[in-house]
Amino acid sequence: MATITKPQGALVDLTKCIGCRGCQVTCKSWNQRSTKKTQMTGNFTSPGDMNSETYTLVKFIENDKDADVTWDFIKVQCMHCKNPACASACPVGAFTKTPAGPVTYEPEKCIGCRYCMMACPFQIPKYEWDKKYPVVQKCTFCAERIADGMEPACVKTCPPNAIIFGDHDKILAEAERRIKEHPEKYVNHIYGKEEAGGTAWMYLSSVPFDKMGFKAGIPKGPLPDLTWASLSKIPYAVGGLAVILSAIAFIRNRGNSDSAVPPDEKGKEG
Amino acid sequence: MSDTTNKKDLSVFSIGTLILLAVIAYGVYSAYYRFSYGLGPSTNLSDSVPWGIWIAFDVLCGVALAAGGFTITAAVYIFNMKKYKPIARPAILTAFIGYLMVVVGLVVDIGQPTRFWHPLVMWQHRSVMFEVVWCITLYSIVLGLEFAPAFLEKLKLNLLLKFLKFFTFPLVILGIILSFLHQSSLGAFFLIMPGKLHPLWYSKLMPQMFYISAIAVGLAMVCFESIVSAWAFKRDYETDIIRGVGKGTAITLLVYLIVKVADLGMRGALPLAFDGGTASKLFLAEVGLGVVAPMVLLAIRGVRESVSGVLGASVLVIGGVIMNRFNTNFFAQLGSGVSYFPTSKEIGITLGLIALGVFLYRLAVVFLPVLHEAKAEH
Ligand code: SF4
Ligand code: SF4
Ligand code: SF4
Repeated sequence: MATITKPQGALVDLTKCIGCRGCQVTCKSWNQRSTKKTQMTGNFTSPGDMNSETYTLVKFIENDKDADVTWDFIKVQCMHCKNPACASACPVGAFTKTPAGPVTYEPEKCIGCRYCMMACPFQIPKYEWDKKYPVVQKCTFCAERIADGMEPACVKTCPPNAIIFGDHDKILAEAERRIKEHPEKYVNHIYGKEEAGGTAWMYLSSVPFDKMGFKAGIPKGPLPDLTWASLSKIPYAVGGLAVILSAIAFIRNRGNSDSAVPPDEKGKEG
Repeated sequence: MSDTTNKKDLSVFSIGTLILLAVIAYGVYSAYYRFSYGLGPSTNLSDSVPWGIWIAFDVLCGVALAAGGFTITAAVYIFNMKKYKPIARPAILTAFIGYLMVVVGLVVDIGQPTRFWHPLVMWQHRSVMFEVVWCITLYSIVLGLEFAPAFLEKLKLNLLLKFLKFFTFPLVILGIILSFLHQSSLGAFFLIMPGKLHPLWYSKLMPQMFYISAIAVGLAMVCFESIVSAWAFKRDYETDIIRGVGKGTAITLLVYLIVKVADLGMRGALPLAFDGGTASKLFLAEVGLGVVAPMVLLAIRGVRESVSGVLGASVLVIGGVIMNRFNTNFFAQLGSGVSYFPTSKEIGITLGLIALGVFLYRLAVVFLPVLHEAKAEH
C-alpha cells in the first residue's frame, strides 16, 4: 500500500455523538494506555481531564435549555494543527508535522522543558508526572495506521459514525456541505477550520462551541508566526548591535589612557 | 597593596554564613528528593500548571536580576564611564553566579535532566527555548571569561591575564548582544500564548518590555548589592556611584512605563487595569509599587542622595520585576478552578539556590580581588 502523503482530516459531528465513549476505550486499547485513579467530581466525564494515559476523552457537557438540563458530548484529542505551536516551541524538535497530517512525537529527544504544554492553544500535551523520567504524551492520530492506509482507531469504532476521516479537503467540503444543507441544525462554524491556522480535526455542533466546552478566542492565524516575528529579527539585531557597539566603544574610548582600554588596543590606535 | 578585602571583617563562618549553609543544606536535600522521586512527588506542578516557581523565579527572575552584568560593562567599557569601573567586577561576579544558578535551576526543572545538552545538539531554530538555552550557555561562558581576570590576578598568572585582556572588548560586546537576545526572548516565550495570557500582560512588545525591565532591575540590583555589601563588609558607601546608577534606573523605569502605557492604550486594554478584578489589582500593584513608586522616589534629588532612599527604591524595582515575571508566568496558565502553590521542596530548591549564590559571592569577595580591583590595578 502506498504511503499516504496527502493531508488527512477528521470531522466530529457532535450532533451525532451519543457519548458511548467507544472511541476513548478503543484509543486506550490500541495505544496500550493504562489507567489512573479517578475521583468523583459530580460530573460524568471520566477521567476528569485528559492525562498522559488518556489521549482522547469524551466530555459530558451540561447545558440548560427551556429550564431543562441537556447533555451534550464532545470528544477531545490533539487537533493536529497545520502549524503546530507545540512543534515550533520544542527546543529539540521532538514534534514533527508529517505530510499525512499527524503531529508525531519522539520521546527520546525530549528534555522535558514542558514548553510544548505551555504553547499548545488547546492544552493537549500531557506529562507523566508520576514517573521518575517522564515524557510527554498525546494523541498520535494513529500515524502508523494512517501510513498503512487505515483510519484511526477511534474513527473505526464510532457506532453512529459521528467521526468521518479522509483527505482533509474532502472532509472540510463535507463539513461545509452539512452546514449548507442543514443551517437549522448546525451553528455556522466549523471549529478547526481556522482556529490556530487550521487543524486536521474539525467539529460541527448544534450548540455554540463556547457552550460546549471548546476554547473560544483561539487566534485564527498560525501561532508559530507570532514567535517567528520576533526570532527572525535576531540576525539583524546581532549584526546591528555588533556594529553600533563597536563604533560607540571606539569613539568613546579614543585617545584613552585609562586602563579600561587594554594596552594592546591602544597600541593599534596610535 | 593588599588585593583582597580585609579578612578580619569578613570571617566566612559568621552567623549569617551558618544560616546560608542551613538553607543550602535544605536545598540539597530537596534536590536529592527531586532527583530520586521525580517531578510529580516533589512538586505541585500539573498538566494545568506545567511551569512553577522554578521557571518563574529561578529562570525568569534569575536572568533579569543578573542583568547588572551587561548594563554595567556596557557603561564602563562601551560608553567609557570610568566612574563605574569599581562596580564592574562585582556586577560581573553577580551575573556570573546568577547565571550558574539559572543553569542549575533549569537542570533541576526539566523532566530529563540527563538530556540537558540535547538542545545544543538537536537544533530547532524556530524555538524560543532553543535560543534561550544557547544564549544562557554562551553568556555563562562569556561571564566566566569576564570574571577570569580576578582568578588570574590572584594566582599572578600575568601572561594569561594579558592575553585575556586583549579580548576584553569583544567579550563585552558579545555579552551585551547575548543578553539582549535572551533577556528579550524570555518575554518572547509567551508570544505564542495569545489565547492564554491575560491582555494586561500579553503584548507583541513583551520581548522589548522584558528587556527594558531587565535593565532597570539589573541597575537596581547593582545599587542594592553595593549598599548591602558596603554594610556587610563595613566599607564606605559608594555614594557617587549609587546616585548615578539610581538616576539610570529612574530613566529606564520612565522608558518602560511609557512603552507599557502606550502599548496598553493602543491595544485598548487600559480599562482592564481598573476593572477591579484580581488581574487588575495585581497589575496595579506591580506597576504602581514596582515601577511608578521607585521612579518617582529616584527622581527626587533628596531620595537619590540618601543611601536608604536608593535602597528602598531598588527593593521596590526588584519586587516589581519579580511580580511582573510571576504574573506573566502564572496568568498564562491558571484557568478557572486551577490553583498552584509550590511544595516545600520547590521552595527549598529556590531558596537554596539564592543562598548558594550569596554564599559563593561572599567567598569570592573574601578570597578574590573583587571589590578592590580598580585600586589594585594601579
Ligand atoms: S493541538 Fe496542541 S499538541 Fe496538538 S498539534 Fe496542535 S499545538 Fe500540537
Ligand atoms: S517537553 Fe519535550 S516535547 Fe515538549 S517542548 Fe520540551 S523538549 Fe519538546
Ligand atoms: S465513539 Fe463516537 S459516539 Fe461514541 S463517544 Fe466517541 S465520538 Fe461519540
